[in-house]
Amino acid sequence: MINLEEPKKFRMLVHQAHQVASEIFRPNSRKYDRAEHDYPKELDMLAALMDGMNQGGQREAGVAHVARGADGSGEIVNGGNMATVLGLIELCWGDVGLALSLPRQGLGNAAIAAVANPEQKKALARAWAAMAITEPGAGSDSAAIRTTAKKDGDEWVINGEKIFVTAGQRCDHVVVWASLDPSKGRAAIKSFVVSKDNPGMKLLRLEHKLGIRSSDTATLVFDNCRVPASALLGSPEIDTKQGFGGVMQTFDNTRPVVAAMGVGVARAALERTRELLEAAGVALDYPTDRWRIPAAAAAFYEMEAEWEAARLLTLRATWMADNGQPNSLQASMAKAKAGRMATQVTLRCAELCGAAGYGEDELLEKWARDSKILDIFEGTQQIQLLIVARRLLGKSSAELK
Amino acid sequence: MPKGQRDIQGAGLAVLNRVAGSKALERLGLKKPAEQALFAASRTGFKVAGMAGRQFKSVKDLLSPARLESQAPRELFDLSPGEEQQMMVESLRRFAEDVLRPAAADAEAHQEVAEDTWKGAFELGLGLMAVPEALGGAATQRSPVTTALMAETLGWGDMGQAAALLAPVGVANALASWGSQEQQGRYLAAFAEDNPPDAALALLEPGAMGDASAPRLKGRKHGEHWVLDGEKALVPLGPFADLLIVSADLEELGPRLLLIEGDSEGLSARAEPAMGLRAASLGRLRFKNVLVERGAILGDESTLREAVALGRLAWCALAVGAAQAALDYVIPYVNERKAFGEPVSHRQGVAFTVAGMGIEVDSMRLMLWRAAARAEQGRDFHREAVLAHRYCADRAMQVGSDAVQMLGGHGYTKEHPVERWYRDLRAVGQLEGGLLL
Repeated sequence: MINLEEPKKFRMLVHQAHQVASEIFRPNSRKYDRAEHDYPKELDMLAALMDGMNQGGQREAGVAHVARGADGSGEIVNGGNMATVLGLIELCWGDVGLALSLPRQGLGNAAIAAVANPEQKKALARAWAAMAITEPGAGSDSAAIRTTAKKDGDEWVINGEKIFVTAGQRCDHVVVWASLDPSKGRAAIKSFVVSKDNPGMKLLRLEHKLGIRSSDTATLVFDNCRVPASALLGSPEIDTKQGFGGVMQTFDNTRPVVAAMGVGVARAALERTRELLEAAGVALDYPTDRWRIPAAAAAFYEMEAEWEAARLLTLRATWMADNGQPNSLQASMAKAKAGRMATQVTLRCAELCGAAGYGEDELLEKWARDSKILDIFEGTQQIQLLIVARRLLGKSSAELK
Repeated sequence: MPKGQRDIQGAGLAVLNRVAGSKALERLGLKKPAEQALFAASRTGFKVAGMAGRQFKSVKDLLSPARLESQAPRELFDLSPGEEQQMMVESLRRFAEDVLRPAAADAEAHQEVAEDTWKGAFELGLGLMAVPEALGGAATQRSPVTTALMAETLGWGDMGQAAALLAPVGVANALASWGSQEQQGRYLAAFAEDNPPDAALALLEPGAMGDASAPRLKGRKHGEHWVLDGEKALVPLGPFADLLIVSADLEELGPRLLLIEGDSEGLSARAEPAMGLRAASLGRLRFKNVLVERGAILGDESTLREAVALGRLAWCALAVGAAQAALDYVIPYVNERKAFGEPVSHRQGVAFTVAGMGIEVDSMRLMLWRAAARAEQGRDFHREAVLAHRYCADRAMQVGSDAVQMLGGHGYTKEHPVERWYRDLRAVGQLEGGLLL
């Protein structure tokens, strides 16, 4: 039966995540925005705390739990995908950069959860895995990846350069995309897990960024980086029919996660904007009359509606994943909507709040910088629209470029 | 116009002379024989010929109002309709596809729903879901979600006809929620019949800057009665409604909803054609010294606000359906239409517009569903209704505009239905009442 309220059973988890956000993230938010590249040591304590939480019955949440669900019984469930997203909304209400720096919550962990075999999963259970896909010459066009992996006896030898690796410095493992044969396009792209202590992988530099400064963004160089055969996730066969499916499926599960980040940071901006507007005498009580309200109130309701739409699209994508329904279209819809919404809403909130919105006394200006990345990483707005359009129109990537 | 109907109309015309003095004709302001004859070639005319105006009398003696209660709050986030809802949607979907869509252009031209369409819809049980079991209906609980799903499905077929068909359902929903036992006994059972009364909520008023929560229609206290003066605008089925739920600012009581029968003394009506929704027979109602009793008041001081919210959600539901129809129409068109040697859908300018339409239709639907589901569970839903309404008003129109754009010049002509959807979808932002979830 149709019901779009957040399930009661996740209330405790949401509450805990909110406590972390308000007691740890917010007080450190400005500090690490200014001290870019400093390690937020407060997060170590948090990691320990979260391990405790995970053992205390909230096992389902976290990026390692975003995977296609359903137990086959036909009963509707609310599971790990939704729990993760609800928790992350709270954490990103606190601070997006710090949420991205949470130990063992890397994108690589999601990839491992999606495509690793049971032995690999076991070996990497305690890993903090970053994800290395983008290269200086290949961003959204992942088929153009030039990093290679060549078989040499029982080992793979990886060569290439990866940029924009979130948590690339702080993680202990990196999931890197490399091509077994660049002439064979997407189907030849495989993912490998590389340990940070591998001498063949070097950290070249960290980026200086517009926002999410507390999250490190690394450039990694692979120079004859040798990994064991078991480091390859999934099958070593180049299957041109199945092609990209395996690795790309990770994204069906992680796009709603990034959408949730947008929902979280936008809610932070909306809540603070509401406080500042109400303090300035603007009533925000959802009147029936649409036309006799201040322009600021009208703008606020517009933003809130946009936010609500993004939030519901995100929850829908997770609900489908939890119930075993293919959700590639809906995941991209959520990401496209939430990415754009987060940028628009945080920027508009900054504008609506005048000096308070632009000055560093408030976090509004920071949220307006942090949010922009959410419309870019995990597939840009334009890539999401391409995916949505191809699905709706029934077009291949060769037809609709 | 279905063929069978003309025969009935012939009979209607034959008796027209005898009823030339009827109140209904006066109310409609049709005095000249030519006007009458023209008018008679339609469902409305038939109705006039048949002595117009259903006479309401208490058919059920209820010991207490058969109020439909809210449903229990649910635990799970869930987007799957219930089994009954699914069945209802499936049968209405066929009806929308086989009957409403093909009849849309004619219904618009005639500015009303054809008799066969009307009958067909109510034979499918359109009214049953709103009327409590005790009064001959099938409803055990209030279900704004079910009404929303019905409206979405019918709106996909044709928004104008859907608005007409759902206007009586809205009145039945209101009676089931707020009616006293006398009000329910007198009116509600009729809505479970195959031929329900023509009825609608009249909340919108003429002119700009109207506020549905503060009606300009005034009720002066006069002894134990109120005397109404004022106007209501763009009321579905307005020109020939048997029963109206009208918002008015009553002296001593403030804004309230009133049950007013179509043949009340001092009530007159005229057709009020608009940009779109022409099949809904929109009408202007004029109240001149209309006397109402205390027993005509529906609900309490909070009822109007709730009715406005549920009315707006009903328009959102129609809009979701019509916007989905526009998207469903555009997709094959841009895939087939060729320019520069390939389908226009191979261009990002077109493809991204279609993607945007898809995202907005789904967003609208989810926002509507959340508000309706909260209403259904007895939770406060005003915030959700306000947000859903703003969102749908905006985005439905955008989708309608994009749909015409995607067809280019062809979209601007009546060769395709998108220009009608464009006109229909504009209504979501400004119509109040008429319908109710």
